[in-house]
Amino acid sequence: MNRIDQRFAALKAEGRRALIPYITGGDPAPEYTVGFMHALVRAGADVIELGVPFSDPMADGPVIQKACERALKHHVRLTHLLEMVRDFRREDGETPVVLMGYLNPVERMGLETFADQARDAGVDGVLLVDLPPEEADLMGPVLKERGLASIFLVAPTTSSARAATICAHGEGYLYYVSLKGVTGGAAVDAADVAEHLAPLREMTDLPLCVGFGIRDGAAAAEVGRVADGVIVGSALVNRIADNADRPEAIPAALEAVLGEMRQALDA
Amino acid sequence: MSKFSDLTRLPDARGHFGPYGGRFVSETLSFALEDLDKTYARLRDDPDFQAEFDHDLAHYVGRPSPLYHAARWSERLGGAQVWLKREDLNHTGAHKVNNTIGQALLAKKSGKPRVIAETGAGQHGVATATVAARLGLRCDVYMGAEDVERQKLNVYRMRLLGANVIPVESGTRTLKDAMNEALRDWVTNVDDTFYIIGTVAGPHPYPMLVRDFNSVVGREARRQSVEEFGRLPDALIACVGGGSNAMGLFYPFVEDDEVVMYGVEAGGDGVATGRHAAPLASNAPRGVLHGNRTYLMSDEGGQVSDTHSISAGLDYPGVGPEHALWKDVGRVNYVAANDDAVLEAFRELTHVEGIMPALESAHALAHAKVLAPTMRPDQHIVVNLSGRGDKDILTVAKLDGIEL
Repeated sequence: MNRIDQRFAALKAEGRRALIPYITGGDPAPEYTVGFMHALVRAGADVIELGVPFSDPMADGPVIQKACERALKHHVRLTHLLEMVRDFRREDGETPVVLMGYLNPVERMGLETFADQARDAGVDGVLLVDLPPEEADLMGPVLKERGLASIFLVAPTTSSARAATICAHGEGYLYYVSLKGVTGGAAVDAADVAEHLAPLREMTDLPLCVGFGIRDGAAAAEVGRVADGVIVGSALVNRIADNADRPEAIPAALEAVLGEMRQALDA
Repeated sequence: MSKFSDLTRLPDARGHFGPYGGRFVSETLSFALEDLDKTYARLRDDPDFQAEFDHDLAHYVGRPSPLYHAARWSERLGGAQVWLKREDLNHTGAHKVNNTIGQALLAKKSGKPRVIAETGAGQHGVATATVAARLGLRCDVYMGAEDVERQKLNVYRMRLLGANVIPVESGTRTLKDAMNEALRDWVTNVDDTFYIIGTVAGPHPYPMLVRDFNSVVGREARRQSVEEFGRLPDALIACVGGGSNAMGLFYPFVEDDEVVMYGVEAGGDGVATGRHAAPLASNAPRGVLHGNRTYLMSDEGGQVSDTHSISAGLDYPGVGPEHALWKDVGRVNYVAANDDAVLEAFRELTHVEGIMPALESAHALAHAKVLAPTMRPDQHIVVNLSGRGDKDILTVAKLDGIEL
């Protein structure tokens, strides 16, 4: 059983919700990322989404665009991200890690090479924002053979026919995008989320996790009442941006933001 | 029987041109693209829609555009007869309007009150702002901050037309970043917004519908060639950035095996220097950007490369997926013209024929200067003069050391 499935099974047994932080690998510089990941775990992360920096992050708002730019200034590439995960695994063999990003860096490395190296590094899942299931016929089997979960997005605009396809292909968890827009956009509307999650529950047993627009503990708690997990990205990346010139302060800042969400979610 | 007949049956239902094309977008946009696909499938064979499109092209754009024999220039080049397909004479001054007329009709049919566009040189932005003004649609145009600077005239034209021009400061501040920002806008405002993409790239069905709307260029050129010199041309030449004007000229000739085609990319400082925008001619790796798989200039780590070209309209690291396939199957020869050769062609056509071409189109002319002398005087080349050069006067003046 993959670490992601194990973690969600354990959470379900405890009646708890998953807390899934996102940070961009290599932001503000590559030597800090592994320390940040451990800080997130200390603050209660159940799964870590590690963003692969890309020159053209079309689905991201300014906060994560700038995070990509900071990382790319240090020439951070996918191979470095895999090294970071390998480093992280020396101390943490349990927390699932999902690589999140865009298709081109993966294609450039080569699907099989990427999948081999990701498995060896200790990656558990892959979420490529610009790879919908229709185009994933090459990627899917390559990941599956190596025990890596293919994680897909569902949006408020997704038709029920498409949602069925996505549920059939998805593994690990479903990432429900709570609003029309890019990351770091408007605040989440929990009632609207609940309405959209209900039909998905009928289609799949996959955990339903919600991201986009979750900025604080109150929002996390509200979404946690209807979802199996909450995903938080820009709120954390903002703390990294604020402290980019004194990175030693970042772990505590991340722990403060995520810790508040953990408490609210478990309350 | 043409050995290229299969090419006219593409893309397949999923928008693939062989290994290229497709629909690589975030999930929120999938429904809008499926919707557009259905709307277009219904309308493309609808005689009323076609009649409205043809009527607009005739009475608003001023089609057909002439096929002009550049006799003096041909004589000077000392070889084949060069004919210019005068897309520069269209309303708004470039081929871009053929597509924006078509997509604006689709926007109108889908009842969306707002259109957005990306633009490089500003020609597509102007064409979009123009049709938006005419149909009473709100219009926002994304343009790289660097391009806003080098194409000031077109920026002001768009503003006069009532469009809001939004400078894009992210990334390389050129066309690709404008397209990123337009996609971000669309994903946020997808309910009331129609995205008018300006080239034969982007997610399916855009490469197909932009091709179809621009193919009027090639259909006319075919008929006009027969009228003017009694047969099909020996060669076609067009510049290629994303590739919409080349696609428009080439597509109706794709099964005419005897017609040799040249797509001319932006060689910048020279393909060997790495400072260029020629993914096909430089044999760039395959990649995925802006919703489609194609040849894409990117580094070892898959980060998209900076590009360089004197012409903002060709300054793009990718290329339409159908061109990528045409390169692989050998239907079209893709070459590059360097900035200095382009400027020379720009000046020469202006002096010899009294026609000032856009710097984009001057790439095609630069290759005509190479090709024509290798051919006989009884042979014919059709060059797509895709746009007029007024917008580039400031750029050329600056190179001449003149501040206007």
